[in-house]
Amino acid sequence: MPAKVNENTCMHCGGCTSVCPAQALELQETVLVVDTDKCIECGNCQKVCPVGAIKVVKG
Amino acid sequence: MNYEKEWDVIIVGAGPAGNMAAQEFAKRGMKALVIDRKQQIGPPKRCGEGLSIRWVKIGKLKPNPRWALQEITGATLVAPNGEKVYIDTGSTGQTGYIIERSQWEKMEAEKAIRSGAKYMLKALVTGLVMEGKAVKGVKVSREGKEEEYYAKLVVACDGVDSMVGRYAGLRTAMPLGECDSGYQYEMANVPIENPNYMELYFGTNVAPRGYVWVFPKGKDVANVGIGISGDSAETAKDCLDAWIEANHERFKDASITEINAGVIPVTKPVGEFVGDGIMLVGDAARMVNPIHGGGMGSALEAAQMAAEVGTAAIKKGDTSKKELMAYQKMWQEKRGGEFKKILHVRHFVEKLNDEQFNIVADLVKKGELKPEMLVDLGHGKGLAELIKALVKASPSITKFALSFLKG
Ligand SMILES: Cc1cc2nc3c(=O)[nH]c(=O)nc-3n(C[C@H](O)[C@H](O)[C@H](O)COP(=O)(O)OP(=O)(O)OC[C@H]3O[C@@H](n4cnc5c(N)ncnc54)[C@H](O)[C@@H]3O)c2cc1C
Ligand code: SF4
Ligand code: SF4
Repeated sequence: MPAKVNENTCMHCGGCTSVCPAQALELQETVLVVDTDKCIECGNCQKVCPVGAIKVVKG
Repeated sequence: MNYEKEWDVIIVGAGPAGNMAAQEFAKRGMKALVIDRKQQIGPPKRCGEGLSIRWVKIGKLKPNPRWALQEITGATLVAPNGEKVYIDTGSTGQTGYIIERSQWEKMEAEKAIRSGAKYMLKALVTGLVMEGKAVKGVKVSREGKEEEYYAKLVVACDGVDSMVGRYAGLRTAMPLGECDSGYQYEMANVPIENPNYMELYFGTNVAPRGYVWVFPKGKDVANVGIGISGDSAETAKDCLDAWIEANHERFKDASITEINAGVIPVTKPVGEFVGDGIMLVGDAARMVNPIHGGGMGSALEAAQMAAEVGTAAIKKGDTSKKELMAYQKMWQEKRGGEFKKILHVRHFVEKLNDEQFNIVADLVKKGELKPEMLVDLGHGKGLAELIKALVKASPSITKFALSFLKG
Protein backbone atom coordinates (compact mmCIF):
# COMPACT_ATOMS: atom_id res chain seq x y z
CA MET A 1 0.00 0.00 0.00
CA PRO A 2 1.35 3.45 -0.84
CA ALA A 3 2.13 6.04 1.84
CA LYS A 4 -0.86 7.59 3.59
CA VAL A 5 -0.85 10.96 5.36
CA ASN A 6 -2.74 11.73 8.53
CA GLU A 7 -3.76 15.34 7.86
CA ASN A 8 -4.62 15.73 11.54
CA THR A 9 -1.07 15.33 12.69
CA CYS A 10 0.90 16.46 9.60
CA MET A 11 2.89 19.66 10.25
CA HIS A 12 3.28 20.40 6.52
CA CYS A 13 7.03 20.75 6.96
CA GLY A 14 7.98 19.17 3.63
CA GLY A 15 10.62 16.97 5.23
CA CYS A 16 9.25 13.76 3.74
CA THR A 17 9.38 15.16 0.20
CA SER A 18 13.12 15.72 0.60
CA VAL A 19 13.80 12.01 1.14
CA CYS A 20 11.26 10.57 -1.28
CA PRO A 21 13.23 8.89 -4.07
CA ALA A 22 10.17 8.64 -6.33
CA GLN A 23 8.96 12.26 -6.38
CA ALA A 24 5.67 10.91 -5.05
CA LEU A 25 5.10 13.66 -2.49
CA GLU A 26 4.18 17.30 -3.03
CA LEU A 27 3.60 19.77 -0.24
CA GLN A 28 0.97 22.27 -1.34
CA GLU A 29 1.53 24.42 1.76
CA THR A 30 -1.48 23.22 3.76
CA VAL A 31 -1.95 19.77 2.25
CA LEU A 32 0.55 17.05 1.59
CA VAL A 33 -0.37 15.12 -1.55
CA VAL A 34 0.78 11.54 -2.20
CA ASP A 35 0.88 10.42 -5.82
CA THR A 36 -0.05 6.81 -5.15
CA ASP A 37 0.97 5.73 -8.65
CA LYS A 38 4.52 6.95 -8.12
CA CYS A 39 5.01 5.70 -4.54
CA ILE A 40 7.40 2.74 -4.37
CA GLU A 41 6.60 2.03 -0.70
CA CYS A 42 10.19 2.49 0.45
CA GLY A 43 9.19 3.85 3.86
CA ASN A 44 11.65 6.78 3.87
CA CYS A 45 8.90 9.32 4.53
CA GLN A 46 7.62 7.35 7.51
CA LYS A 47 11.08 7.14 9.10
CA VAL A 48 11.98 10.81 8.68
CA CYS A 49 8.65 12.36 9.65
CA PRO A 50 9.20 14.26 12.93
CA VAL A 51 5.67 13.51 14.14
CA GLY A 52 4.78 10.11 12.65
CA ALA A 53 2.13 11.56 10.35
CA ILE A 54 2.85 9.47 7.26
CA LYS A 55 2.72 5.68 7.18
CA VAL A 56 3.32 2.96 4.65
CA VAL A 57 1.04 0.11 5.56
CA LYS A 58 2.53 -3.08 4.22
CA GLY A 59 0.41 -5.86 2.77
CA MET B 1 -3.14 40.56 -8.52
CA ASN B 2 -1.60 40.55 -12.00
CA TYR B 3 2.05 39.98 -12.74
CA GLU B 4 4.13 40.47 -15.87
CA LYS B 5 4.99 37.25 -17.68
CA GLU B 6 8.65 37.91 -18.52
CA TRP B 7 11.42 38.35 -15.94
CA ASP B 8 15.20 38.38 -15.85
CA VAL B 9 15.17 36.06 -12.87
CA ILE B 10 12.50 34.08 -11.04
CA ILE B 11 13.34 33.06 -7.49
CA VAL B 12 11.33 30.20 -5.98
CA GLY B 13 11.05 30.51 -2.19
CA ALA B 14 11.03 33.54 0.10
CA GLY B 15 13.15 32.15 2.94
CA PRO B 16 16.62 33.44 3.91
CA ALA B 17 18.10 32.31 0.56
CA GLY B 18 15.29 33.71 -1.61
CA ASN B 19 15.09 37.09 0.11
CA MET B 20 18.83 37.62 -0.10
CA ALA B 21 18.90 36.50 -3.74
CA ALA B 22 16.06 38.91 -4.52
CA GLN B 23 17.92 41.82 -2.90
CA GLU B 24 21.16 41.04 -4.66
CA PHE B 25 19.67 40.53 -8.14
CA ALA B 26 17.43 43.60 -7.82
CA LYS B 27 20.30 45.78 -6.61
CA ARG B 28 22.17 44.84 -9.80
CA GLY B 29 19.23 46.06 -11.88
CA MET B 30 17.73 42.66 -12.62
CA LYS B 31 13.94 42.33 -12.93
CA ALA B 32 13.29 39.78 -10.17
CA LEU B 33 10.14 37.89 -9.17
CA VAL B 34 9.99 35.88 -5.94
CA ILE B 35 7.32 33.17 -5.72
CA ASP B 36 6.33 31.41 -2.48
CA ARG B 37 3.55 28.96 -1.73
CA LYS B 38 2.96 30.57 1.67
CA GLN B 39 0.30 33.20 2.14
CA GLN B 40 2.57 35.17 4.44
CA ILE B 41 6.32 35.59 4.54
CA GLY B 42 7.82 34.14 7.70
CA PRO B 43 5.63 31.73 9.63
CA PRO B 44 5.58 28.85 10.22
CA LYS B 45 9.25 28.80 11.16
CA ARG B 46 11.16 25.54 10.84
CA CYS B 47 14.07 26.71 12.91
CA GLY B 48 15.76 27.10 16.28
CA GLU B 49 16.50 30.70 15.24
CA GLY B 50 20.21 30.70 16.16
CA LEU B 51 22.36 32.92 13.94
CA SER B 52 26.05 33.50 14.65
CA ILE B 53 27.77 36.85 14.27
CA ARG B 54 29.86 35.56 11.41
CA TRP B 55 26.76 35.23 9.23
CA VAL B 56 25.29 38.50 10.47
CA LYS B 57 28.45 40.15 9.12
CA ILE B 58 28.58 38.21 5.86
CA GLY B 59 24.88 38.93 5.27
CA LYS B 60 25.51 42.62 6.07
CA LEU B 61 22.59 42.45 8.51
CA LYS B 62 22.02 45.29 10.94
CA PRO B 63 20.71 43.66 14.11
CA ASN B 64 17.39 45.30 14.88
CA PRO B 65 15.68 44.82 18.25
CA ARG B 66 12.55 43.76 16.35
CA TRP B 67 14.27 40.53 15.33
CA ALA B 68 17.64 40.28 17.11
CA LEU B 69 15.93 39.19 20.33
CA GLN B 70 18.64 37.70 22.45
CA GLU B 71 22.38 38.14 22.27
CA ILE B 72 24.30 34.90 22.78
CA THR B 73 27.75 34.93 24.35
CA GLY B 74 28.18 31.30 25.30
CA ALA B 75 26.92 27.75 25.36
CA THR B 76 26.18 25.21 28.06
CA LEU B 77 26.82 21.66 26.92
CA VAL B 78 25.26 18.95 29.05
CA ALA B 79 26.82 15.48 28.85
CA PRO B 80 24.73 12.30 29.09
CA ASN B 81 25.61 12.01 32.81
CA GLY B 82 24.32 15.53 33.45
CA GLU B 83 27.76 17.10 33.74
CA LYS B 84 27.65 20.70 32.48
CA VAL B 85 30.38 22.36 30.46
CA TYR B 86 30.21 26.12 30.11
CA ILE B 87 31.83 27.68 27.04
CA ASP B 88 32.37 31.40 26.99
CA THR B 89 32.34 32.11 23.26
CA GLY B 90 31.90 35.86 23.72
CA SER B 91 35.46 36.31 24.97
CA THR B 92 36.76 35.19 21.56
CA GLY B 93 34.24 37.34 19.72
CA GLN B 94 32.07 34.37 18.68
CA THR B 95 28.74 35.79 19.65
CA GLY B 96 25.39 35.44 17.97
CA TYR B 97 21.67 35.98 18.27
CA ILE B 98 18.51 34.07 18.78
CA ILE B 99 16.27 35.86 16.34
CA GLU B 100 12.56 36.26 15.72
CA ARG B 101 12.89 34.64 12.34
CA SER B 102 9.46 35.40 10.91
CA GLN B 103 9.89 39.11 11.62
CA TRP B 104 13.40 39.09 10.16
CA GLU B 105 12.31 37.32 6.98
CA LYS B 106 9.55 39.82 6.40
CA MET B 107 11.94 42.74 6.86
CA GLU B 108 14.41 41.14 4.44
CA ALA B 109 11.61 40.79 1.87
CA GLU B 110 10.73 44.46 2.42
CA LYS B 111 14.36 45.36 1.68
CA ALA B 112 14.22 43.32 -1.54
CA ILE B 113 11.00 45.04 -2.59
CA ARG B 114 12.55 48.47 -1.95
CA SER B 115 15.39 47.40 -4.27
CA GLY B 116 12.85 46.64 -6.99
CA ALA B 117 11.93 42.94 -6.57
CA LYS B 118 8.31 41.76 -6.77
CA TYR B 119 6.74 39.05 -4.62
CA MET B 120 3.97 36.60 -5.51
CA LEU B 121 2.48 34.66 -2.58
CA LYS B 122 0.12 31.69 -2.15
CA ALA B 123 1.51 30.46 -5.45
CA LEU B 124 2.86 26.93 -5.77
CA VAL B 125 5.53 26.19 -8.34
CA THR B 126 4.44 22.82 -9.74
CA GLY B 127 6.93 22.40 -12.55
CA LEU B 128 9.27 24.11 -14.97
CA VAL B 129 8.88 25.40 -18.49
CA MET B 130 11.59 23.55 -20.38
CA GLU B 131 13.12 23.88 -23.82
CA GLY B 132 15.07 20.67 -24.24
CA LYS B 133 17.23 20.48 -21.11
CA ALA B 134 17.14 24.23 -20.50
CA VAL B 135 14.87 25.88 -17.93
CA LYS B 136 12.89 28.76 -19.43
CA GLY B 137 10.35 29.50 -16.71
CA VAL B 138 8.06 28.10 -14.03
CA LYS B 139 4.59 26.57 -13.90
CA VAL B 140 2.54 28.06 -11.12
CA SER B 141 -0.71 27.06 -9.49
CA ARG B 142 -2.34 30.21 -8.09
CA GLU B 143 -5.82 31.53 -7.40
CA GLY B 144 -7.28 28.30 -8.80
CA LYS B 145 -5.50 28.73 -12.15
CA GLU B 146 -2.48 27.16 -13.79
CA GLU B 147 -0.10 29.81 -15.13
CA GLU B 148 3.36 30.09 -16.67
CA TYR B 149 6.02 32.75 -16.06
CA TYR B 150 9.22 33.04 -18.04
CA ALA B 151 12.75 34.04 -17.06
CA LYS B 152 16.32 33.96 -18.30
CA LEU B 153 17.25 32.27 -15.03
CA VAL B 154 15.37 30.38 -12.32
CA VAL B 155 16.90 30.35 -8.83
CA ALA B 156 15.59 27.51 -6.67
CA CYS B 157 15.55 28.66 -3.04
CA ASP B 158 12.76 26.24 -2.19
CA GLY B 159 14.29 24.82 0.96
CA VAL B 160 14.65 21.26 2.10
CA ASP B 161 11.92 19.87 -0.22
CA SER B 162 14.10 20.91 -3.18
CA MET B 163 11.52 19.88 -5.74
CA VAL B 164 12.35 22.62 -8.24
CA GLY B 165 15.84 21.22 -8.77
CA ARG B 166 14.31 17.80 -9.31
CA TYR B 167 11.92 19.23 -11.90
CA ALA B 168 15.05 20.29 -13.79
CA GLY B 169 16.58 16.82 -13.51
CA LEU B 170 19.09 17.63 -10.75
CA ARG B 171 19.48 14.94 -8.10
CA THR B 172 18.46 16.48 -4.81
CA ALA B 173 16.70 13.59 -3.02
CA MET B 174 18.50 12.94 0.29
CA PRO B 175 19.41 9.53 1.69
CA LEU B 176 17.72 8.99 5.06
CA GLY B 177 20.93 8.69 7.04
CA GLU B 178 22.08 12.10 5.81
CA CYS B 179 19.37 14.19 7.39
CA ASP B 180 18.03 14.96 10.82
CA SER B 181 14.41 14.94 11.82
CA GLY B 182 13.61 18.08 13.86
CA TYR B 183 10.84 19.09 16.22
CA GLN B 184 10.48 22.06 18.51
CA TYR B 185 8.22 23.92 20.90
CA GLU B 186 8.52 27.63 21.48
CA MET B 187 7.67 27.95 25.17
CA ALA B 188 7.04 30.72 27.68
CA ASN B 189 7.63 30.85 31.40
CA VAL B 190 10.66 28.56 31.12
CA PRO B 191 13.24 29.00 33.91
CA ILE B 192 16.51 29.97 32.19
CA GLU B 193 19.83 29.94 34.04
CA ASN B 194 21.49 32.45 31.72
CA PRO B 195 19.66 33.93 28.72
CA ASN B 196 23.02 34.67 27.05
CA TYR B 197 23.84 30.97 26.90
CA MET B 198 22.41 28.40 24.47
CA GLU B 199 21.90 25.01 26.08
CA LEU B 200 22.70 21.75 24.28
CA TYR B 201 21.94 18.31 25.74
CA PHE B 202 23.55 15.09 24.52
CA GLY B 203 22.99 11.38 25.10
CA THR B 204 21.35 8.37 23.46
CA ASN B 205 18.44 8.65 25.88
CA VAL B 206 18.11 12.34 25.08
CA ALA B 207 18.45 12.40 21.30
CA PRO B 208 19.70 9.45 19.23
CA ARG B 209 22.59 10.75 17.08
CA GLY B 210 21.62 14.35 17.77
CA TYR B 211 20.88 16.79 20.56
CA VAL B 212 18.22 18.72 22.42
CA TRP B 213 18.53 22.50 22.40
CA VAL B 214 17.14 25.27 24.55
CA PHE B 215 17.68 28.58 22.75
CA PRO B 216 16.62 31.55 24.93
CA LYS B 217 14.54 34.31 23.36
CA GLY B 218 14.64 36.55 26.43
CA LYS B 219 14.47 35.89 30.16
CA ASP B 220 11.80 33.19 30.16
CA VAL B 221 10.96 32.37 26.53
CA ALA B 222 12.86 29.69 24.61
CA ASN B 223 12.89 27.43 21.60
CA VAL B 224 13.05 23.94 23.06
CA GLY B 225 13.85 21.56 20.24
CA ILE B 226 15.42 18.34 19.13
CA GLY B 227 17.21 16.97 16.09
CA ILE B 228 17.63 13.21 15.75
CA SER B 229 18.93 11.00 13.01
CA GLY B 230 16.51 10.79 10.07
CA ASP B 231 16.56 7.01 10.18
CA SER B 232 15.84 6.56 13.90
CA ALA B 233 12.97 4.31 14.85
CA GLU B 234 11.55 6.92 17.26
CA THR B 235 9.94 10.15 16.12
CA ALA B 236 11.55 13.47 17.03
CA LYS B 237 8.29 14.48 18.70
CA ASP B 238 8.24 11.46 21.01
CA CYS B 239 11.89 12.01 21.98
CA LEU B 240 11.31 15.69 22.78
CA ASP B 241 8.14 14.98 24.73
CA ALA B 242 10.00 12.35 26.74
CA TRP B 243 12.85 14.76 27.50
CA ILE B 244 10.49 17.49 28.65
CA GLU B 245 8.68 14.94 30.81
CA ALA B 246 12.00 13.83 32.29
CA ASN B 247 12.66 17.50 33.13
CA HIS B 248 9.21 18.05 34.55
CA GLU B 249 10.43 20.23 37.44
CA ARG B 250 11.81 22.78 35.00
CA PHE B 251 8.90 22.83 32.58
CA LYS B 252 5.93 22.38 34.89
CA ASP B 253 4.91 26.05 34.82
CA ALA B 254 5.83 26.59 31.16
CA SER B 255 3.63 26.14 28.13
CA ILE B 256 3.87 26.23 24.37
CA THR B 257 3.18 29.15 22.02
CA GLU B 258 4.26 27.42 18.80
CA ILE B 259 4.93 23.94 17.43
CA ASN B 260 7.59 23.60 14.73
CA ALA B 261 8.80 20.64 12.71
CA GLY B 262 11.21 20.09 9.86
CA VAL B 263 13.96 18.05 8.33
CA ILE B 264 17.57 19.25 8.32
CA PRO B 265 20.18 18.17 5.76
CA VAL B 266 23.39 17.20 7.56
CA THR B 267 25.36 16.01 4.60
CA LYS B 268 27.45 17.29 1.74
CA PRO B 269 25.84 19.65 -0.73
CA VAL B 270 24.15 18.24 -3.84
CA GLY B 271 26.54 17.19 -6.60
CA GLU B 272 25.39 19.84 -9.06
CA PHE B 273 24.15 23.26 -7.94
CA VAL B 274 23.40 24.38 -11.49
CA GLY B 275 21.81 23.30 -14.74
CA ASP B 276 20.92 25.14 -17.95
CA GLY B 277 18.97 28.17 -16.76
CA ILE B 278 18.79 27.09 -13.10
CA MET B 279 20.72 27.54 -9.85
CA LEU B 280 20.09 25.94 -6.42
CA VAL B 281 20.71 27.96 -3.26
CA GLY B 282 20.49 27.25 0.50
CA ASP B 283 18.75 24.15 1.83
CA ALA B 284 17.71 23.32 -1.74
CA ALA B 285 21.41 22.63 -2.40
CA ARG B 286 21.87 21.13 1.13
CA MET B 287 24.23 23.92 2.22
CA VAL B 288 23.85 23.35 5.93
CA ASN B 289 26.55 23.15 8.60
CA PRO B 290 26.47 19.38 9.08
CA ILE B 291 27.48 19.43 12.73
CA HIS B 292 24.75 21.63 14.18
CA GLY B 293 22.30 21.94 11.29
CA GLY B 294 22.42 25.74 11.02
CA GLY B 295 21.62 26.77 7.46
CA MET B 296 20.32 30.34 7.46
CA GLY B 297 23.75 31.94 7.28
CA SER B 298 25.20 29.78 4.54
CA ALA B 299 21.98 30.33 2.56
CA LEU B 300 22.62 34.09 2.71
CA GLU B 301 26.20 33.79 1.56
CA ALA B 302 25.37 31.39 -1.28
CA ALA B 303 22.56 33.70 -2.45
CA GLN B 304 25.07 36.54 -2.74
CA MET B 305 27.35 34.36 -4.84
CA ALA B 306 24.48 33.12 -7.03
CA ALA B 307 23.36 36.70 -7.71
CA GLU B 308 26.85 37.81 -8.65
CA VAL B 309 27.36 34.96 -11.13
CA GLY B 310 23.72 34.91 -12.27
CA THR B 311 23.60 38.62 -13.08
CA ALA B 312 26.79 38.42 -15.12
CA ALA B 313 25.36 35.44 -17.04
CA ILE B 314 22.05 37.21 -17.75
CA LYS B 315 23.89 40.32 -18.94
CA LYS B 316 26.05 38.20 -21.20
CA GLY B 317 22.92 36.53 -22.60
CA ASP B 318 24.23 33.08 -21.66
CA THR B 319 22.68 31.29 -18.68
CA SER B 320 23.91 27.86 -19.71
CA LYS B 321 25.10 25.38 -17.11
CA LYS B 322 28.67 25.98 -18.25
CA GLU B 323 28.40 29.69 -17.50
CA LEU B 324 26.58 29.21 -14.18
CA MET B 325 29.16 26.68 -13.00
CA ALA B 326 31.23 29.66 -11.80
CA TYR B 327 28.80 29.86 -8.87
CA GLN B 328 29.44 26.27 -7.80
CA LYS B 329 33.19 26.84 -8.13
CA MET B 330 32.99 30.03 -6.07
CA TRP B 331 31.06 28.25 -3.29
CA GLN B 332 33.37 25.24 -3.30
CA GLU B 333 36.42 27.46 -3.03
CA LYS B 334 35.02 29.62 -0.25
CA ARG B 335 33.02 27.13 1.82
CA GLY B 336 33.40 23.64 0.32
CA GLY B 337 36.59 22.68 2.15
CA GLU B 338 35.30 23.88 5.51
CA PHE B 339 31.98 22.04 5.19
CA LYS B 340 33.80 18.86 4.18
CA LYS B 341 35.90 19.03 7.34
CA ILE B 342 32.82 19.70 9.46
CA LEU B 343 31.14 16.62 7.99
CA HIS B 344 34.22 14.60 8.92
CA VAL B 345 33.91 15.86 12.52
CA ARG B 346 30.24 14.91 12.48
CA HIS B 347 30.98 11.39 11.35
CA PHE B 348 33.39 11.06 14.27
CA VAL B 349 31.08 12.57 16.88
CA GLU B 350 28.22 10.36 15.68
CA LYS B 351 30.26 7.31 16.63
CA LEU B 352 30.90 8.40 20.23
CA ASN B 353 28.86 6.56 22.83
CA ASP B 354 27.50 8.12 26.01
CA GLU B 355 30.50 7.08 28.06
CA GLN B 356 32.87 8.75 25.61
CA PHE B 357 30.76 11.91 25.63
CA ASN B 358 31.04 11.92 29.41
CA ILE B 359 34.81 11.57 29.12
CA VAL B 360 34.98 14.60 26.83
CA ALA B 361 33.00 16.65 29.36
CA ASP B 362 35.27 15.41 32.12
CA LEU B 363 38.41 16.32 30.16
CA VAL B 364 37.10 19.85 29.72
CA LYS B 365 36.22 20.03 33.43
CA LYS B 366 39.74 18.93 34.37
CA GLY B 367 41.26 21.51 32.02
CA GLU B 368 42.81 18.87 29.77
CA LEU B 369 40.74 20.06 26.83
CA LYS B 370 40.02 23.71 26.21
CA PRO B 371 36.30 24.47 26.04
CA GLU B 372 36.91 26.67 22.99
CA MET B 373 38.03 23.54 21.18
CA LEU B 374 34.44 22.32 21.20
CA VAL B 375 33.45 25.50 19.36
CA ASP B 376 36.25 24.95 16.84
CA LEU B 377 34.77 21.53 16.03
CA GLY B 378 31.73 23.35 14.67
CA HIS B 379 34.07 24.99 12.17
CA GLY B 380 35.72 21.69 11.26
CA LYS B 381 38.84 22.33 13.33
CA GLY B 382 40.45 20.64 16.33
CA LEU B 383 39.44 17.04 15.64
CA ALA B 384 43.01 15.75 16.00
CA GLU B 385 43.29 17.42 19.40
CA LEU B 386 40.03 15.86 20.56
CA ILE B 387 41.04 12.41 19.33
CA LYS B 388 44.45 12.57 21.02
CA ALA B 389 42.92 13.55 24.34
CA LEU B 390 40.25 10.86 24.06
CA VAL B 391 42.71 8.12 23.18
CA LYS B 392 44.79 9.05 26.22
CA ALA B 393 41.81 8.98 28.54
CA SER B 394 40.05 5.97 27.04
CA PRO B 395 42.38 3.58 25.19
CA SER B 396 39.41 1.44 24.07
CA ILE B 397 38.55 4.13 21.57
CA THR B 398 41.92 3.94 19.85
CA LYS B 399 41.19 1.89 16.75
CA PHE B 400 38.25 3.73 15.29
CA ALA B 401 39.48 7.12 16.48
CA LEU B 402 42.82 6.78 14.77
CA SER B 403 41.14 5.85 11.51
CA PHE B 404 39.58 9.32 11.61
CA LEU B 405 42.95 10.99 11.96
CA LYS B 406 43.89 9.63 8.57
CA GLY B 407 40.59 10.42 6.87
C1 LIG C 1 13.87 22.13 13.53
C2 LIG C 1 14.89 22.96 12.80
C3 LIG C 1 15.75 23.82 13.51
C4 LIG C 1 16.68 24.62 12.82
N1 LIG C 1 17.45 25.50 13.54
C5 LIG C 1 18.29 26.33 12.89
C6 LIG C 1 19.01 27.33 13.59
O1 LIG C 1 18.89 27.49 14.82
N2 LIG C 1 19.85 28.15 12.88
C7 LIG C 1 19.98 28.05 11.52
O2 LIG C 1 20.74 28.82 10.92
N3 LIG C 1 19.30 27.12 10.83
C8 LIG C 1 18.45 26.27 11.47
N4 LIG C 1 17.73 25.34 10.75
C9 LIG C 1 17.93 25.26 9.31
C10 LIG C 1 17.27 26.43 8.61
O3 LIG C 1 15.91 26.50 8.97
C11 LIG C 1 17.41 26.31 7.09
O4 LIG C 1 18.75 26.02 6.77
C12 LIG C 1 16.98 27.58 6.36
O5 LIG C 1 15.61 27.79 6.51
C13 LIG C 1 17.32 27.51 4.89
O6 LIG C 1 16.81 28.62 4.22
P1 LIG C 1 16.30 28.52 2.72
O7 LIG C 1 15.97 29.91 2.31
O8 LIG C 1 17.26 27.73 1.93
O9 LIG C 1 14.98 27.63 2.78
P2 LIG C 1 13.59 27.84 3.56
O10 LIG C 1 13.74 28.76 4.69
O11 LIG C 1 13.06 26.49 3.83
O12 LIG C 1 12.65 28.56 2.48
C14 LIG C 1 12.08 27.88 1.41
C15 LIG C 1 10.85 28.62 0.95
O13 LIG C 1 10.43 28.09 -0.30
C16 LIG C 1 9.03 27.95 -0.32
N5 LIG C 1 8.73 26.87 -1.28
C17 LIG C 1 9.17 25.59 -1.26
N6 LIG C 1 8.72 24.90 -2.33
C18 LIG C 1 7.97 25.75 -3.05
C19 LIG C 1 7.23 25.62 -4.27
N7 LIG C 1 7.20 24.48 -4.95
N8 LIG C 1 6.55 26.70 -4.72
C20 LIG C 1 6.58 27.87 -4.03
N9 LIG C 1 7.27 28.05 -2.88
C21 LIG C 1 7.96 27.00 -2.40
C22 LIG C 1 8.67 27.62 1.11
O14 LIG C 1 7.33 27.98 1.40
C23 LIG C 1 9.67 28.47 1.90
O15 LIG C 1 9.15 29.74 2.21
C24 LIG C 1 16.78 24.52 11.42
C25 LIG C 1 15.93 23.66 10.70
C26 LIG C 1 14.98 22.90 11.38
C27 LIG C 1 14.06 22.02 10.58
S1 SF4 D 1 7.45 14.98 7.23
FE1 SF4 D 1 5.56 14.43 8.34
S2 SF4 D 1 4.85 16.38 9.18
FE2 SF4 D 1 6.34 16.90 7.58
S3 SF4 D 1 5.07 17.17 5.71
FE3 SF4 D 1 5.75 15.02 5.74
S4 SF4 D 1 4.07 13.91 6.76
FE4 SF4 D 1 3.77 16.07 7.21
S1 SF4 E 1 7.05 5.39 0.82
FE1 SF4 E 1 8.89 6.10 -0.28
S2 SF4 E 1 8.16 6.41 -2.39
FE2 SF4 E 1 6.31 6.29 -1.11
S3 SF4 E 1 5.86 8.43 -0.60
FE3 SF4 E 1 7.13 7.60 1.07
S4 SF4 E 1 9.22 8.16 0.53
FE4 SF4 E 1 7.99 8.38 -1.35
